[in-house]
Amino acid sequence: MALEFSPETHKKFDAIVGRYPKKEAAMLPVLYLAQEEFGYLGPEAIEYVAAIMDVPVARVYGVVTFYTMLNMKPIGRHHTQVCRTLPCALAGAERITAAIKAKLGIELGETTADGRFTLSEVECLASCGTAPMMQVNDDYYENLSEQNVGEILDRLK
Amino acid sequence: MEKILLRNVDAPDSHTIGAYRSRGGYRALEKVVREMSPERLIDEIKASGLRGRGGAGFPTGMKWGFVPKDSPKPKYVVCNADESEPGTFKDRLLIEKDPHSIIEGTIIAAYAIRSHTAFIYIRGELSFGAKVLGRAIEEAVAAGYLGKNIFGAGYDIDLILHRGAGAYICGEETGLLSSLEGGKGWPKVKPPFPATHGLFGCPTVVNNVETLASLPWIVERGAARYAAIGTEKSKGTKLFSVSGHIRKPGVYEVDMGYPFKKFLEEDCGGVPNGKKLKGVIPGGASMPVLRADELDGVTMDYESFQAAGTLLGSGGVIVMDESTCMVRSAWNISRFFAHESCGQCSPCREGCHWMEKIFRRVERGEGKAGDLELILSVSGNIMGNTICPFGDAAAMPAAAFIKKFRPEFDAHIAQKKCTVSAS
Repeated sequence: MALEFSPETHKKFDAIVGRYPKKEAAMLPVLYLAQEEFGYLGPEAIEYVAAIMDVPVARVYGVVTFYTMLNMKPIGRHHTQVCRTLPCALAGAERITAAIKAKLGIELGETTADGRFTLSEVECLASCGTAPMMQVNDDYYENLSEQNVGEILDRLK
Repeated sequence: MEKILLRNVDAPDSHTIGAYRSRGGYRALEKVVREMSPERLIDEIKASGLRGRGGAGFPTGMKWGFVPKDSPKPKYVVCNADESEPGTFKDRLLIEKDPHSIIEGTIIAAYAIRSHTAFIYIRGELSFGAKVLGRAIEEAVAAGYLGKNIFGAGYDIDLILHRGAGAYICGEETGLLSSLEGGKGWPKVKPPFPATHGLFGCPTVVNNVETLASLPWIVERGAARYAAIGTEKSKGTKLFSVSGHIRKPGVYEVDMGYPFKKFLEEDCGGVPNGKKLKGVIPGGASMPVLRADELDGVTMDYESFQAAGTLLGSGGVIVMDESTCMVRSAWNISRFFAHESCGQCSPCREGCHWMEKIFRRVERGEGKAGDLELILSVSGNIMGNTICPFGDAAAMPAAAFIKKFRPEFDAHIAQKKCTVSAS
């Protein structure tokens, strides 16, 4: 069964494409739609997006592989992204990452066996005044400590 | 010091159109659309001395002036909300707390170049900011500030919020345009400049969030009042994001020309825990680091930072105390650039990874004689040899860390371990 958008997503797709002066400019919002609907952007999803966007498949691969927020593999329910850049590093970000690794029993880039968490390190998220910090899916968690990071993760089911 | 950019952020519900209008919001836009010609508006912004707040410091009115008036092509304005420069978090504050000042500023810029379609390109990670801005745009549409025939003056303007998807390079204006066209965020060769050949090959102006958010105040109070603040060549106020080893981190609005040392010690409360200041990066991670002994007489403006051998950049101030290992800091920043190089130009694509590898080796106590010269050589070979300024942004801090803190790097190599910190 080939992938395709649900009728509801198709309406969103038409609305988004209609807003842009050129269809291809809607590539990122459409890839976000696809990622939301299909969970990740595997080969089938990429081929589907290429077809509905009227561009070569290779062009969509080029875009998907370029950006960090477009996932080509399934990820956990809570994508836990710890900032590692200098201001957060000065505030002890490495200790936060170590505490999360110990708590979840996974390394960077891995997902817990129950599919709950995927752990990544990311570059600066514009939250340097409240370092160290992490982003879990859409939400920022700031002024982290080795103690409170465990409590935060416990609340995420 | 008068608050211009931060005048609204502490007001209750400052992100709503009601709060914004009760504080004088959208009056500047009305004045522009009803009373001013685009030419007069451009002259006014030129007279204000406003320079681009994204990092390059290019005069805003002059940038607008390069857009051809008689082009048959559509024209575009893009608000660059892709704030990703390490140490910088000023735009995020404005996006979350004062989105309407950004929207109003974007419409004013669009009117100046007779554009009818504008975009706000916000970095993908800022989900919350995108929600706030999205709601604010809906409010502005409902109030008639966006759409057809605004203020009944016959001017149409559409504003599209566009989310990036995670790439630092999309903050570089031509990389941003490539991304907005639906491709990888690869920068374009200049010339031609975006003002004549930008989005889809059409005349385009890209301005930073902070630049655009300054416009309503300038229009309403007048260019002369804005130009009266600051120094001869750096006018107005500037936002500085302060992080690292400092008692009061956060976003500060400062009159250009304010003494840097006084700012750090008095306004930001100085270095905590009785430690001494060791070094400070004044303009985001792309800018050369200054040693504590180099701060005397430095003022917070484009010229003074340049005279001190660094740049004002984005105003991302990263403070490092005496316990900081500068080798580790240099490695951290080199790793950032290695991760974010877009891969288009060989000197940067290869060089950033080489620098990161050598810094890492030195940091781990596995450095050898000649390693530092090698980094300086790689840095020199990247500098000026790439399509966009990213190459320079990676090369400058690498060389500055070594030159400013050479004994520490030498000791790291000689003793095969860090002699400074346990962190």
